Amino acid sequence: MTAISRVAGSIVDARPWIRAWEAVAERDGLRRLLLVLPTLVVLLVLFVAPLTAILRLSLLDPAPTARHYLEVVTNPTYLHVLGITFETAALVTLLCLALGYPLAYVMATVPGRLAGVLIILVIVPFWISVLVRTYAWMVMLGRGGLVNTLLLRLGVVEEPLRLMHNFVGVLVGMTHVLLPFAVLPMYSVMKNIDRDLLRAAENLGANRWQSFRRVFFPLSLLGVVSAAALVFVSALGFFITPALLGGPRDVLLSMLIERQVNDLTNWGFGSALAVVLLGLTLLVLIVFRRFLGTAAWGSVVEGR
Amino acid sequence: MNGWRDGRAGPGDWDIARLALYTLTGLILLFLLLPMFVIVPISFSSAKFLTFPPPGWSLQWYEKYFTSPAWLAATWLSVRVAALTMVLATGLGTLAALGLARGRFRGRGLLYGLVLSPMIIPVIITAIAIYFLFARWELTGTLAGLALAHTVLAIPVVVVIVSATLQGVDPNLEHAAMNLGANRLRTFWRVTLPIIRPGVISAAIFAFIVSFDEVIIAMFLSSPTTATLPKQMWDGIRQEIDPTIAAVSTLVIVGSVALLLLAEVLRGQAQRLVGGPGSRGGQEPRAKEDSP
Repeated sequence: MTAISRVAGSIVDARPWIRAWEAVAERDGLRRLLLVLPTLVVLLVLFVAPLTAILRLSLLDPAPTARHYLEVVTNPTYLHVLGITFETAALVTLLCLALGYPLAYVMATVPGRLAGVLIILVIVPFWISVLVRTYAWMVMLGRGGLVNTLLLRLGVVEEPLRLMHNFVGVLVGMTHVLLPFAVLPMYSVMKNIDRDLLRAAENLGANRWQSFRRVFFPLSLLGVVSAAALVFVSALGFFITPALLGGPRDVLLSMLIERQVNDLTNWGFGSALAVVLLGLTLLVLIVFRRFLGTAAWGSVVEGR
Repeated sequence: MNGWRDGRAGPGDWDIARLALYTLTGLILLFLLLPMFVIVPISFSSAKFLTFPPPGWSLQWYEKYFTSPAWLAATWLSVRVAALTMVLATGLGTLAALGLARGRFRGRGLLYGLVLSPMIIPVIITAIAIYFLFARWELTGTLAGLALAHTVLAIPVVVVIVSATLQGVDPNLEHAAMNLGANRLRTFWRVTLPIIRPGVISAAIFAFIVSFDEVIIAMFLSSPTTATLPKQMWDGIRQEIDPTIAAVSTLVIVGSVALLLLAEVLRGQAQRLVGGPGSRGGQEPRAKEDSP
């Protein structure tokens, strides 16, 4: 385009302002880069450099070694932690999709004003402290909590159920915290589905279920995959909720990292675990990169 | 279901399937919201332990919070850290968004990825990495250290919100200002900034919340004398679940909801100014965000 307009300009020489504008635009591009520079410096010093230091720690302790990584992949205890981390993330993702899809569907199909109210109801919990929300579930699920009180009064159980400090607590808490991550990307795809396609299906004789299953659902899958990737990648590194609601056996990778660094000051091994978690996160991001555009993150942060 | 029927729901449309769907949606919303409503009555409980429903009412847990030097010091520290984070992240993030949203230079996508990555990478990794670095720089246990670390987490949030606001700004307004003789700085100050101001203020509010609620980094960077409010809560929950936490949580919820409502009002203003969803041209800028 630049070349063509330059050629055109030199031949006709009737539109010199095109060239002027392009020169401005090119310089403008670099000027814009200058605006990003302070943030770039801050992130290089406070984010990239520390991450690099962690990578070095995991490999040099103090001499070059791969033993920390070998320990991760050969010790059955740590392999078990990796397995549980994946299993938890996968189950939480499924639960979030199952609960999030109907909610997103209703949000995308009710009249605008009501949809606005529903969006706020989904966003508000998202922006309330994860710690507070996890604590709320400790209050709900404890021996004298709301759930057990209800079950006892209704005569469903005779003894209070053990609902937290075990895997059930982890699943309930993480699903609760991550549900907005599933709802918002699905909603943002669903509300942009062309309603004419559904009208066309119904005009051609499809009933409402058929038009949903054959037209709406396939078109919404993009949102479903992006929601799944977002929830899964967030669940992989989750810390606060599993640490408070899980039992002694529900140790996730993030909790193992915290323990190695904070309690045992075992920096080499802790760093190797952190690099493994980082690698797994990046792997998921790369596999799903087509579904994780800025729009997916944007939809969660802004709720639009 | 009636969305593509122009929002008209005739009486005949209320069939079993829709009733089931709306009931299910109601239950899911209850799951999402109920826990927070349970904390509030617990915080006014007269009991010494967490039981529901509370056997009686009292303000004892609020009294405990407001008379405890440790809780008040933690709250004050969190407010200062969050305020500093807000200033740093909003300044840096707004500039970066201005550069990234409009600039056409090589490596822009990569840069965008880098700027967003603290939001994507598990916080535990960022936390131990910064902890390692700050221990060397003797920044652990300091207000500056906490604010700098929180700034890393808050920058992406500011960039996303301000970029979205900028997408809706008509570049012709800026071109017009420059054609009328304003220089770049003046154009920014008199045209661009007034248009995006509600978006920037709302980004600042979210940056404040990110820092004020942050636990994991605070866990590593706090010293016995410098615990932020979430760190103090974390310790309280771990040691024993005493209902003071319920009182603090209620206060945090009330504060967060107030800030969110303020941000929502500002967002409404921003959309009126730049033409967000609901007015013309609202959908198109969103589509562009897909290709960073």
